[in-house]
Amino acid sequence: MKLNTLFLGLCGASALAFAAHAETITIATVNNGDMVRMQKLTDDFTTKNPDIQLEWVTLEENVLRERVTTDIATKGGQYDVMTIGTYEVPIWAKQQWLLPLDNLGADYDAADIIPAIAGGLSADGKLYAAPFYGESSFVMYRKDLMEKAGLTMPDAPTWDFIADAARKMTDRAAEINGICLRGKAGWGENMAFLTAMSNSFGARWFDEKWQPQFDQPEWKKTLQFYVDLMKDAGPSGASSNGFNENLALFQQGKCGMWIDATVAASFVSNPKDSTVADKVGYALAPDTGLGKRGNWLWAWSLGIPAGTQKAEAAQKFVAWATGKGYLDLVASKEGWANVPPGTRTSLYNNPEYQKAAPFAKMTLDSINSADPTKPTVKPVPYVGVQFVAIPEFQGLGTTVGQLFSAALAGQSSVDDALAAAQTASVREMTRAGYIK
Amino acid sequence: MARAVSTRRKIGFTVAAWVVAMLIFFPILYTIITSFKSETEAIAGFSLIPSGTLESYAEVQAQSNYFKFFLNSVIIAVGSTILALVVAVPAAWSMAFSPTKRTKDILMWMLSTKMMPAVAVLVPIYLIFRDTHLLDTRIGLTVMLMLINLPIVVWMLYTYFREIPGEILEAARMDGATLWGEIVYVLTPMAVPGIASTMLLNIILAWNEAFWTIRLTTTNAAPLTAFIASFSSPQGLFWAKLSAASTLAIAPILIMGWFSQRQLVRGLTFGAVK
Repeated sequence: MKLNTLFLGLCGASALAFAAHAETITIATVNNGDMVRMQKLTDDFTTKNPDIQLEWVTLEENVLRERVTTDIATKGGQYDVMTIGTYEVPIWAKQQWLLPLDNLGADYDAADIIPAIAGGLSADGKLYAAPFYGESSFVMYRKDLMEKAGLTMPDAPTWDFIADAARKMTDRAAEINGICLRGKAGWGENMAFLTAMSNSFGARWFDEKWQPQFDQPEWKKTLQFYVDLMKDAGPSGASSNGFNENLALFQQGKCGMWIDATVAASFVSNPKDSTVADKVGYALAPDTGLGKRGNWLWAWSLGIPAGTQKAEAAQKFVAWATGKGYLDLVASKEGWANVPPGTRTSLYNNPEYQKAAPFAKMTLDSINSADPTKPTVKPVPYVGVQFVAIPEFQGLGTTVGQLFSAALAGQSSVDDALAAAQTASVREMTRAGYIK
Repeated sequence: MARAVSTRRKIGFTVAAWVVAMLIFFPILYTIITSFKSETEAIAGFSLIPSGTLESYAEVQAQSNYFKFFLNSVIIAVGSTILALVVAVPAAWSMAFSPTKRTKDILMWMLSTKMMPAVAVLVPIYLIFRDTHLLDTRIGLTVMLMLINLPIVVWMLYTYFREIPGEILEAARMDGATLWGEIVYVLTPMAVPGIASTMLLNIILAWNEAFWTIRLTTTNAAPLTAFIASFSSPQGLFWAKLSAASTLAIAPILIMGWFSQRQLVRGLTFGAVK
C-alpha cells in the first residue's frame, strides 16, 4: 500500500514537473466552423505532442487582422501561430515577418497542396503559410427556379446568361430575387466580388506603371452591369449585404442565384440550416469570353511570425493542422462532408469525399481556374485575384468599396463613383510613392 | 380642468418615457430572446417567441471557458475603479476646494483627452506595454482602464464635492484636522453616495470597454469583451451562439445596474439642477 502510494506520488510529481516544462504556443484564429472544429480536435495533437500545450485566441476577422498586424509589426511576440489569408502572406513574407515553412516533416507532402493555393501562399519559391482551408467563388443556383424559368445552367456560364436568368427568375410577389450579390462596403466584402468580376470584364486596378484604371471602359462596363443587374433582380437593401446576409437570404429560399465563396456550398446544402438544401446546383463563376472568370482565390492559412521563440513547436502544430492526417481525423470523427476543403489535391481524388460533397469537383475547378500571379486579362504589376497585394489596398479597397456601395444604393451615379474612385486611387498611390 | 390637463400630461410623459426606454432596451431584449433560439430559428426572421433551447449556451461554454473571462472582467473593472478613485479623490478635492484660475482649463483638458481617437495611440501604447512586459496582463489592463476613465471619475467627483459646503472642511481644520484627516474623516464620509455612484459608473465603463481590452490581451488577461468578439463570424450564421455569449457577458453588469440604478441616476444627475 505504502509502495503504491509512493509510486503514485512519484508519477504525479513527474507529471507536474513535465507539465511545468511543457511549451505553450498561442494561436490566433478566426471564428468559423472549420476553425472551431479544429479546436475541439486538438487532443489528438497534444496526445501526440505531450510537451506542447495550445492556447487559442479567437477574434472577428477584421479585429484579428488588426491585432496580428500590430503584433507582428511591433514584434510583440504575443502569437506563435497566426491565421492569415492570401492577402497578407506575400506582403508579410516580403517584410520578413514570417518564417518560411521548411520544417514541416518528411510526411507532410507539400506537393499535394493545390498548386493555385500554394502559389498564393509562397514568395520566392518558399511556402510562408500552410493552407488550412481554401476557397474560390462560384455560382450557387436554385435548380427548381432555373427550370421554372425555362433555362438550363451551363457548367461555365457567361455574365449575359446569368443576367438573363436572374431577371427571369425574379418574382417580387413571391419574394424571390433572381440574384444575390455582395454590396456591403469593404475591401474583403463588395470589393472582393467586384474586383474578381472586373477581371472577367477585362478591367484591372492598375496598369504596369501603377496608374489607377477606374477611368477605363472596362470598369464602367463592370460597375454598370452590376448596378443594373442588382436593380432589376437583386434584393432590396443590397448595399448592406455581405456573405452572411446573402447566406441567410439563400437559405430561406429568397435568392435564385448567389455568387460567392465556395465554402458556402456546405451551408446551403445542409438540410439542418437550409430550406433549399436539395435544390441547389453549382456552376463556375461567369465570364465574358475574355479568358478570365469572375472567381477569386482565398485560403485561411497558418503562418508563424518571425519573432516567435517557439518556432519548432509552432511548425509541429502547423504540420498537424494542415497535414493529410488531419483531414482523415476530421473524416473519422465528423464525416467527410466536414473536412476543411480546398487545400489538398488528394482530397478531391478521394471517392468518399466526392460522394459526401457534391460540390467538390466544381470547387476544385474554380480554385484551379484562379491564378493570383496573372489575375487579369491585361498585364498588371501586382499579385492577387480579388485584391492587390500591397499594404495600401486595405484602406484604398474600402474607400472604393464605399463609393461603389453608394452607387448600388442609388446615392451616386456609376460615373460619379468611378470618377471618385479614380481620384482617390491616384491620390493614395501618389502619396504611397507608387506614382512618381 | 387644470388637474385633468396635468394628469393627461403626466400619462403622456409616462407613456413616452416607456416607449423611449423600450426602444433603447429592445436590442438587448432581442439578444436575450435570440440566445434561447436554435441557429435555424435565429435566422428565420423576426420573432419574439423563442423555442427555449439552451443549446447555444451549452455550445458557448464548451467552446470557451466563460468563468476565466468573467474573472478577468471582475478583476480589471473593480481594480481599475479602485485605482481611479485613489487618484481622483485627492485631485477632485483639490480642484473643488482650492480652485485656481486654471482649474476649469485643467478639467476641460482632462475631458478633452476622452475625445482623442484611441486608435491614434494604439502603436505607441502597444510598444510601451511590450517593453514593460504588460501585454496580456491584468495589471497592465487595470492601469490602462484606470487612465481611460480617470477624466470622467474626476469630473463626477468634482461636481459632487462642489456640493459640499467648504465651511465644514474649514471647521475641521479649525479643530486641528490634518489634510489627510480632512479627506479621510470629513470629506469622504460625506461624499460616500457620490463616490459610490461614480464607482458604479466606472465599473460599467470598464466592463464594457472593448478597444483596449481586445487589443492588449491574448489569453491570460482577456475579459468578457474578448469572449464576445470570439463568437463573431465572417463566414457562417452563428447568431444564436453570439447572442448567448453576449447575454452571458452583459448579465452580471445588467444585474448590478438594476440593483444600483437609484445610486447611478443620482450620481449622473447630481448638480444638473443647480
